[in-house]
Amino acid sequence: MKKYILSLCAMMVAFMVTAQETGSILIKNGTVLTITDGIKENTDVLIKNGKISKIGKNLSADRSTQTVDATGQFVMPGIVDAHSHIALETVNEATNPVTSEVFVGDGLDPQDVAIYRALAGGVTISHAMHGSANAIGGECETIKHRYGTWDPDDLRMENAPRTIKFALGENPIRVHGEGRNITPSTRMGVEQVFRSAFSEAQLYKKAWGDFNSKKTRTPPHYSRRMETLVDILDGEIIIHCHSYRADELLMLMNVLEDYGVSRLCFQHVNEGFKVAPELAKFGAGASVFSDWWAYKFEVYYSTAYNAAILVRNGVVTSINSDSGELIRHLYHEAAKTQRYGDLTDNEALRLITINPATQLGIGDRVGSIEKGKDGDIAIFSAHPLSVYAIPQMTIVDGIVKFDLKNDPQDMRIDIDPEEKFDDSFINLNAEDEERCMQDVYSELFLGETNSHAGHRH
Amino acid sequence: MKAINIIIAVLLVTCSIQAQMVAKSQSGTFLLKNALLHTVTNGTMKGDILIKDGKIADIGSISQAEAGSTTIELTGKHIYPGMIDGGTKLGLSEVGSVSLTQDYRELGDFTPHMQALTAVNPNSVSIPVTRTNGVTTVIAKTEGGLFPGTAALINLHGYTPQQMYAGFKGVQMNFPATGRRGRWDRRKDEDIKKDSEKAMKKMNGIWKKAVQYAKIDSAATAGKKKRDDYNPQMDALLPIINGEAPLMIEVNKDKDIKAAIKWVAENKVNAIFTGVSEGYRVTKELAESGVPVITGPVLSIPGRRSASYDISYKNAGIMQKAGIKVAIRTNETENVRNLPFNAGFAAAYGMGVEEALKAVTIIPAEIFGVADQLGSLEKGKVANLFICDGDPFETKTQVEHLFIEGYKVPIESRHTLLYDEFLKRDPGVDK
Repeated sequence: MKKYILSLCAMMVAFMVTAQETGSILIKNGTVLTITDGIKENTDVLIKNGKISKIGKNLSADRSTQTVDATGQFVMPGIVDAHSHIALETVNEATNPVTSEVFVGDGLDPQDVAIYRALAGGVTISHAMHGSANAIGGECETIKHRYGTWDPDDLRMENAPRTIKFALGENPIRVHGEGRNITPSTRMGVEQVFRSAFSEAQLYKKAWGDFNSKKTRTPPHYSRRMETLVDILDGEIIIHCHSYRADELLMLMNVLEDYGVSRLCFQHVNEGFKVAPELAKFGAGASVFSDWWAYKFEVYYSTAYNAAILVRNGVVTSINSDSGELIRHLYHEAAKTQRYGDLTDNEALRLITINPATQLGIGDRVGSIEKGKDGDIAIFSAHPLSVYAIPQMTIVDGIVKFDLKNDPQDMRIDIDPEEKFDDSFINLNAEDEERCMQDVYSELFLGETNSHAGHRH
Repeated sequence: MKAINIIIAVLLVTCSIQAQMVAKSQSGTFLLKNALLHTVTNGTMKGDILIKDGKIADIGSISQAEAGSTTIELTGKHIYPGMIDGGTKLGLSEVGSVSLTQDYRELGDFTPHMQALTAVNPNSVSIPVTRTNGVTTVIAKTEGGLFPGTAALINLHGYTPQQMYAGFKGVQMNFPATGRRGRWDRRKDEDIKKDSEKAMKKMNGIWKKAVQYAKIDSAATAGKKKRDDYNPQMDALLPIINGEAPLMIEVNKDKDIKAAIKWVAENKVNAIFTGVSEGYRVTKELAESGVPVITGPVLSIPGRRSASYDISYKNAGIMQKAGIKVAIRTNETENVRNLPFNAGFAAAYGMGVEEALKAVTIIPAEIFGVADQLGSLEKGKVANLFICDGDPFETKTQVEHLFIEGYKVPIESRHTLLYDEFLKRDPGVDK
């Protein structure tokens, strides 16, 4: 009997550890922006056990289900950010041009208040990325904003495809060429870093194949770095590549074509507009800033019309934040494509919902309000593309994670409302600076960091 | 025929040279007809505006167009006074990471004689990018130590800094701060305290000397004697000490704001506070002090983790409602064009559209002492205005025409020109 109880306890513990908490909620009478199936006025959305189960009029739910009145409000799918560094302890392993062995998911910080601030802007999923110091950086983690947990594992989006960070241009050149006097110190060098890494991975794969098929008797040296690269060659990992200039975009597409790799999304890609037809032909995605430019030379020839040109040329495009500040108002950043390029409401909203979800390989699970998709919802006081829209409520897996009305009661954790400890910053957006190059400057560019250098993405 | 070929060739060459260069502005007399006039100071009404000799020559119902004037029919369109950004580095920095293109930070702690206006680049690519969103006038400011330099108000049109100058210069001070400068600032609390005390001591030392210097200078002037020394730093502070010009004091943290209020009162300084990101925590003291505030960016992260997530959006409105005179700035360089969106967020989060509009037009004009020239649509004022198809804070609104000092400035920038060239690229993938 004792044994039985013990094993029952063990089972319960195991259950608690593995099953992600979900909720049920009925959102009544809102204007539902489904993204993939038009706008539905005065419509209800029912989420059951974390999944959208019904969309329609006059829905009802059992008494235990929480009901939210969204009359006069706008209901949209939870916003997805395809480029962010929130909830990360560390960002860059800047010690080698190729570090495919590392994984940012090893350093998730579920208590980062930036997660809460993102939720307060309707963002339910973000792509926590390795930095841009290396041509081939580390693997990234797609996280759900399940704020309130102390367990880093709770943040991971179950079964989201693996992704890895690549980087072209000034950042890897500065860190390795200028900072450490090793290749790459030019965009030519960056190309050869990729070719050399992929070729080595092909040989590595062959060596293991030979060993496994007993053609050779000595096992090859195991390399975590090579294992990841082989997985890229095998199409198991989506490349997300920090990039700016048109020439380097073409370079990477040529390299990948030579090695038979096709799953690619360019990040930032400020000059994507110049080679939009080539991007469309390759099938590469583009995840861009709404209007950032001129913070370094490789983004001097930029245009805020980038997203619109990419969309009009048939490239799957998203607007990302790469910033703990912008992530709070991605709905506004998406709206800028209407000032700069006249995108329609739905085209603009796709940039922060289904398109980034597609780029992360989770478009079948989130990014629109459809039956069977995850219960990730953002509710706004006005149309989310209006500058006057205020996020009212954000729901993840059917659980309310942000509620404007309850914010005064404070849904945040890990803060100090009594202010026993003075954590104030005097430099506006100080927390936000240089995340893409975090952990690099402290080693290599301390002087620059101390001079309040601006954005360094 | 040959002549025509030559003309075409010349035109083509001109066009290719013009690529990514903005077209020339037009001067002249313009009659803007049948628009909705958002005057800011005298309400909103349907009417006309006559622009002549760089000024708003007439406003209201103007029936007769003057000979030689250009009439622009604007039924259904809106006219607003040009927006004013109370704090930017526009024209002083071209490429963020290239230090040789940056001219806003001189060496040293005490450099009030460094003139931002001197280093404003009238051809900065960011200037057309900014004005095409309706921002016509900005403060170009320095950065750095205790007294980093002298900021200048400029109009975003002109071929020399002097042509751009809009009538206000302000010596800047960075009030010694007690907070951390960023996540990389790993100083101990005691060290931060020590550093700020040291800075305070240094600043008071400078101030004492400046007061003394002003006395000597007045005595020399009274005695009609010419001083035979050269002290440009102290000379730059003279108008401040003599109460002839305001001092722009950058201060953000609540404790620091209180200390600055005390310091300003003790030293009888005519002050403008800039930044003021924690003004919401000291509204009573700020209101009592009567010191005007230029705050922003509104779109920024709260200064402390314990603060409400939306406090930066709300700060301007909270201060304004407490009776403080509040202008809004972006504190930006290449993205000063986001000023209307900063104002829009402030409006949505408590300030209201009317007050937010004032905070980017007439209020900064008043703070800089140029309200007789700028900040509203009034007869006799400088013709800085723009025409748009809706609420200028609303993200999707399009600015259609723009006038700066009466010049009709094209709605063109590197960003629009690249759009025109690349939307439908020819050749596409295949040549």
